[in-house]
Amino acid sequence: MIRAIALALLSHWRRHPGQAVTLLAGLALATALWTAVQAINAEARASYAEANALLAPDRLATLTSPAGRFPRDRYVALRRAGWQVSAVLEGRLDTADRRVSLLGVDLLTYPALPATLEDAGPDMEAPPPDPAVVLLSPGRLFADADTAQALQDPDLPPVRVTDGLPPGVVLTDIGTAERLLHAPAALSRLVVLPDQPMGLPSLSDIAPDLVLSPADAAADTGGLTRSFHLNLTAFGLLSFAVGLFIVHGTIGLAFEQRRGIVRTLRALGVPSAGVAVAMLTELLLAGLIAGLLGVALGYVIATALLPGVAATLGGLYGAQVSGSLALRPAWIAAGLGMSVGGVLIAGAQMVWRTHAVPVLALAGSEAWRRSGARALAVQSLAGCALMLAGILALSLIGGLVGGFVLLGGLLLGAALLLAPLLSVLLSTGEKLAGQPVAEWVWADMRAQLPGLSMALMALLLALATNIGVGTMVSSFRLTFTDWLDHRLSADLYISTTGPAQSTALRDWLTPRADTVLPIRSAEVTLNGQPGRVYGIVDDALYRDTWPLIGTATDPWDQIAAGQGVLINEQLHYGAGLDPGDPLQLMPGWSLLVVGIYADYGNPAPQAIVALDALLARVPDLPDRQLAVRAPDPGALAAALRDAFDLPADAILPQREIKSASMQVFDRTFLVTGALNLLTLGVAGFAILTSLLTLWTMRLPQLAPAWALGLTRAHLARLDILRAVALAALTAVLAVPLGLVLAWVLLSVINVEAFGWRLPMYVFPLDWLRLFALALLAAALAALIPALRLRRLPPAELVKIFANVR
Amino acid sequence: MAGARRATLRAQINDPGRPAVLLTIDSLTKTYPGAPHPVLDGIDLALDAGETLALTGESGSGKSTLLHLAGALDGFDGGEITIAGTRLSGLDDRGRAHLRRDVVALVFQQFNLMPALTVDQNLAFHARLAGRADPGWIGTIRARLGLDGLGGRHPEALSGGQQQRVAIGRALAMRPRLLLADEPTGNLDEDTGAQVLDLMLALVAETGAALFLVTHSDAIARRLDRRVHLRAGRLS
Repeated sequence: MIRAIALALLSHWRRHPGQAVTLLAGLALATALWTAVQAINAEARASYAEANALLAPDRLATLTSPAGRFPRDRYVALRRAGWQVSAVLEGRLDTADRRVSLLGVDLLTYPALPATLEDAGPDMEAPPPDPAVVLLSPGRLFADADTAQALQDPDLPPVRVTDGLPPGVVLTDIGTAERLLHAPAALSRLVVLPDQPMGLPSLSDIAPDLVLSPADAAADTGGLTRSFHLNLTAFGLLSFAVGLFIVHGTIGLAFEQRRGIVRTLRALGVPSAGVAVAMLTELLLAGLIAGLLGVALGYVIATALLPGVAATLGGLYGAQVSGSLALRPAWIAAGLGMSVGGVLIAGAQMVWRTHAVPVLALAGSEAWRRSGARALAVQSLAGCALMLAGILALSLIGGLVGGFVLLGGLLLGAALLLAPLLSVLLSTGEKLAGQPVAEWVWADMRAQLPGLSMALMALLLALATNIGVGTMVSSFRLTFTDWLDHRLSADLYISTTGPAQSTALRDWLTPRADTVLPIRSAEVTLNGQPGRVYGIVDDALYRDTWPLIGTATDPWDQIAAGQGVLINEQLHYGAGLDPGDPLQLMPGWSLLVVGIYADYGNPAPQAIVALDALLARVPDLPDRQLAVRAPDPGALAAALRDAFDLPADAILPQREIKSASMQVFDRTFLVTGALNLLTLGVAGFAILTSLLTLWTMRLPQLAPAWALGLTRAHLARLDILRAVALAALTAVLAVPLGLVLAWVLLSVINVEAFGWRLPMYVFPLDWLRLFALALLAAALAALIPALRLRRLPPAELVKIFANVR
Repeated sequence: MAGARRATLRAQINDPGRPAVLLTIDSLTKTYPGAPHPVLDGIDLALDAGETLALTGESGSGKSTLLHLAGALDGFDGGEITIAGTRLSGLDDRGRAHLRRDVVALVFQQFNLMPALTVDQNLAFHARLAGRADPGWIGTIRARLGLDGLGGRHPEALSGGQQQRVAIGRALAMRPRLLLADEPTGNLDEDTGAQVLDLMLALVAETGAALFLVTHSDAIARRLDRRVHLRAGRLS
């Protein structure tokens, strides 16, 4: 009996291979986008895990100095007192073509070292490194294969390749690091090892200037990028939902068309449970097949997108992610699970209806296609309820989760409201139509709504996401450009080798330039996180151009007097600090916040005080950078190079820095653009598959019009017009939704995820471009069914009237 | 060029001195692809204006095919069909569409109404396409067919008999010169079928249209002016 049921049900797919392809393609596409995002996230997490294992093994507590680096004596004193600590010196190392993180550790005590070095990777064949060679000059550098390429420099120690290190990180002995970073006898932090002996003297007695950061407070790469991956996952879920719309529509139509078969089977004595089990098995098989296809396709998409994501993470957070993708069981299993789960969710209602409905009720004609006023009213209410739930979630839960619940509520609510709104618009159009054909076209569009609503929902979500994310990125870009103009107001930025050269340069520049300003900063702990405080001299350059977004009275006067501090927006939101609040910069040194400035692209807290005040607390403040304003910066830079024999990259014109910053910005949002296009593509595919699936049901609606005197060509043109008109109406409705989405992204998600609030700008030309794209997608999707109709032999249409179909 | 052809066709169709013979079928043959024998084999037939003709025959004898060819719905392999002086063999797709729109009206067994339109919109649709919508006449038809009060409903909300009455009303609202009906009461019970047929014949008589009706029923065939029988692709 099972075989007979299976044969009867499967015969439908044999007769409608296009529908089978649509079902599998829709599900595979949805799974592919979801899998791609999961694969990218998994790859990034693996990179973070490597980085965190190295930078903060086992999330141990650390000892740092609010003033930045501290003398090695503290380490010696702590070890002598019995404290089990391991020394770390870290900094940036500039090679010929890239900048890497140099991590100098005490090779004898660093806890993560064995795991790092034992995973020898490509050099596995080589014998383990001789400790003497590693420890003694010139030492050894350890890096992954990609980073090692950048370290082929005769001035650097030999490099050993290992797979145990994340990209962009170079590990070496602390002595070698001191030499390469020009930081003799200095340390960045001490890692406090577990299992300390009993009865140790108090830390405050031995190293009163060091601050103990508990393990939880240690900032790790995963924490910084969590919000980005949450965004990416949300995109993946959105794409999956859009794909499920296709699947739901196809399954709905297939079940509808098989009502006759099901009715016959049940009339012949097959129990309804048997039919339901057969259908569920069929769905399960479809989910598995499409899941495998989707996972394979997802791997291809992820491989294509990963370099963009790596650029995004590098640009936004400085987090290094491998550019190549590894097959990981977790996301393969997740992809298959989503595919099977998705198809079961999409088909469960149909199976239940088939199972629960009495035999004779199955004879009703196309009940699913009717979308009566009551159904539309229920849909409208559900849509409004979802939107309201989102708004409530934001006000009750708040934070990033509240923001994303709001986004989900708004998007799903709007999707549910789409059909009722379109119905009203089409009804109005029908009433205003003067010609019979126009009247029929409007009415026919309304009648088609139930069959096309899933695809139109997908289009609405894709367009709104495009508008929302596009508005956010473009607003960000505009703000960022303006911010760069203010922030980079000097004409030249000069790097020196140290205080002596800085003084010499300053003396040389003073008579030749309008302004010469030092750029000096110290590493401090702000709001419990590693941050940086800059010391500035009072100058019109700051007063006129610095991008302040909130101030007390006369902020610059208070800064100049050493009585105030400016903080960046991240610190403002992170610590809840406003102008007038006190901020502790170092133990025993607090100042009142007198202003807040925008500081895009930097995830860390930052502050600005008077240079004299900072020097009073940190006398050995590095003095290696200068900002210069001059009437002819080009000539001045050339003269400077001649006079001091400076390397090419020691003098950076403002123009070059801006250009490089904008390149980083644009790379940062590469992946967003790619995902936007993919989502729109999926929506276009949804329209195409819906139209193709509806094709067989469409002929009985078109044939009477043909019989009454409309040509096939005319009907084909009208069918394209219908698809384009529905897409146009959907696109118009997507604009306000997209703008609300943009507002949520800019004012809620960005603040929570990145710590900065951006002004919102609108870009109507972008909407027009998107509008045209949506119409084009709809027209292209409608083209195949229209061409099919145009070329359909009259005999096929006549069959409709002869009742032989 | 195409506009001139359409004007000529329209002039022929609306010629006041139109011929008394409205439909002429000469030596008509039609073979479906892959079929061993022609479905229609040398059919000759003429139908005068105002005349009613019943076509009977066994299932599969080609009745519906002949009706569809006469309605300019499908092409034929040999012979000629002339409607109101216009030879179908010389018409392209657009010319046939114009003929269906302006001269011929069809009533099908499956009703084939426009599902998206209301009863009133369905009733007026063909007449409006042909540019001959007369609200008074459409109102009369609606009342005569017992469709008053149903004007705002969609076809799916009507019974079979009501739908067939809307289909007949739609056909007659445009005052066709030739009405082609394929088993118009085949899907209705005996009483409803009889009522629908009465109405159709009465309205046809009032409009002066020629009626070419396909039926299995001897009783229905007897009520028409003339009857022909189709067997194995030939008329008898």
